[in-house]
Amino acid sequence: MDTHKLITKDTRLGEWWVEKFLLIAGISSMVIIALIFIFLFKEAIRFFATATPFDLIGKWMYDDWEGHYVFKMMWQSISEVPKYSLIPLICGSFLVAFPATIISAILGIGCAVYLSEIAPSKVREILKPTLELLAGIPSVVIGFVMLAFIATFIQDFFHTKFRLNAFVGSLGVALAVLPIMITIAEDALRAVPKELRDASYALGASKWQTILGTVLPAAVSGVSAAVILGFGRALGETMIVLMATGNAALVTGNIFSSVRTMTANIAAELGSVAQGSEHYYALFLVGAVLFTFTFTLNLASEIVLNKMRQKLRM
Amino acid sequence: MVVRGILAIALVSMVPLAIAGKNITVKGSDTIVVMGQKWAEVYMQNHPEAAIQVTGGGSGVGIAALINGTTDIANASRKIKTSERDKAKQAGYYPEEFKVAMDSLAIVVNAANPIKELSLKQVMGIYTGRINNWNEVGGPNQSILRYCRESSSGTYAFLKEEVLKNKDYAADCQTMPGTSAIANAVSKDPAGVGYGGAAYYTKQPGVKILSIKKDDKSPAINPVKPDGTLDYEATWSGTYPIWRYLYMYTGFKPQGEIKAYLDWILSPEGQKIVEEIGYVPLKGK
Repeated sequence: MDTHKLITKDTRLGEWWVEKFLLIAGISSMVIIALIFIFLFKEAIRFFATATPFDLIGKWMYDDWEGHYVFKMMWQSISEVPKYSLIPLICGSFLVAFPATIISAILGIGCAVYLSEIAPSKVREILKPTLELLAGIPSVVIGFVMLAFIATFIQDFFHTKFRLNAFVGSLGVALAVLPIMITIAEDALRAVPKELRDASYALGASKWQTILGTVLPAAVSGVSAAVILGFGRALGETMIVLMATGNAALVTGNIFSSVRTMTANIAAELGSVAQGSEHYYALFLVGAVLFTFTFTLNLASEIVLNKMRQKLRM
Repeated sequence: MVVRGILAIALVSMVPLAIAGKNITVKGSDTIVVMGQKWAEVYMQNHPEAAIQVTGGGSGVGIAALINGTTDIANASRKIKTSERDKAKQAGYYPEEFKVAMDSLAIVVNAANPIKELSLKQVMGIYTGRINNWNEVGGPNQSILRYCRESSSGTYAFLKEEVLKNKDYAADCQTMPGTSAIANAVSKDPAGVGYGGAAYYTKQPGVKILSIKKDDKSPAINPVKPDGTLDYEATWSGTYPIWRYLYMYTGFKPQGEIKAYLDWILSPEGQKIVEEIGYVPLKGK
């Protein structure tokens, strides 16, 4: 009797510990995000000790070549008059992330539909692991392939001025985003109840009509969540854009122009910046802006996904 | 007063002891790091009792380490700044400067580009964005594509100070993570222009090293001889205008092991390694 009691007590104590450990593991990600948030914004805000918010857009400067004052939207951190305009960087980030998201959305949703609705299980067995393999390619490898081979091909094909440009970068980023996009979109499609498909077939719809008219509309929020999340991931991608976009901080809408993204800018400059300088805080500010963008996008996809779950439960 | 005097004497007499007893650490410019490691390697072979550790990080990092007291010697591809010297003095150091080698900077274009020479003013015009087409400097009608180093690089600062007269680089300069990346880009880009240590480009296929004119009247000088080796005379005499000294700094007047090491670097034996690595040795050494 006594031994039995002891074991129960021990088990209970063990359970208590396990429970507490799991609780810590569970909230650790929340704590980490909060800490990053606080640290990032605490450092970023100090930029305004020496600069004005207007500096983040541009500066009126005398141009001795033009002979008059011009409004310069430039990121030029090492200069007699440092210029910290975020416009070229935001411009660059979106010029890479937008096309990348569009390319990977077209391929990714197509692939997800094929995987969940059409592919025979044999094909699925091969295709799924291949996609996981794609997710496993280090981004530096993708960047190198873009830089060394694809860039030349693109330049010959489109006769672009810049060999390394936003489009080359976005092709690389699309490859990196594709696996996430497919996985989430496929999950969303598979979550559509079988009854809906059966009902559609029962009404005499063909497979194609069922996919287009029933399954995709039912999963639309899940698929959009995949696209939004993919967009956030594309904004955050660093190594590929650092290698493949040429990193010239230009304010442009031309997809074949060289661009400098927020991520590449931080990666290129943070290694050598003097700690506590205006430049240092400016880089943190870029980080804070980037974090705000991706945080908002992730939040949006989470809300959209939640809506879909509620809808499907009804 | 007396106590302070005794303390000072004690401290001063301890300095050489401390230096002689410990390993030598060398830190700084990435331009010098390969040469620095080779120097250390050869020196340690001949002096088994010496232990020298060489790391990079950039000129600014090296000098900061010297001021913090975390390195014995700082490598720098530029002169120490006045602000850095002041900081060092506040920390109780009196940096001693040693010129250890010379480096000539080459301006390169694609091998297919018919341009052979540029003046310093034209180089400045190209990199500040005033000259945007090769036909403005006697080349084909083709817009110029500028390749640069990252702003953290000593070479970036060197060209900016010496050739651009501290004006800003053009906004459309594409920044590359290293000299090899620039060489690779320019060799593939018929409209490209790049820069970097001359020695590096002598071995690069697909790129052409330009001759540089100091001003409109002076002759165009190439940092490389027709046989593909560096032209030391052109750098020594300053007729090739884009060159710089490479420096080593110590916190105090060097003594003991550190002095022996620096003396050896400046000896013909040490300067021979400068040649092997591909920089320009000091004249008369």
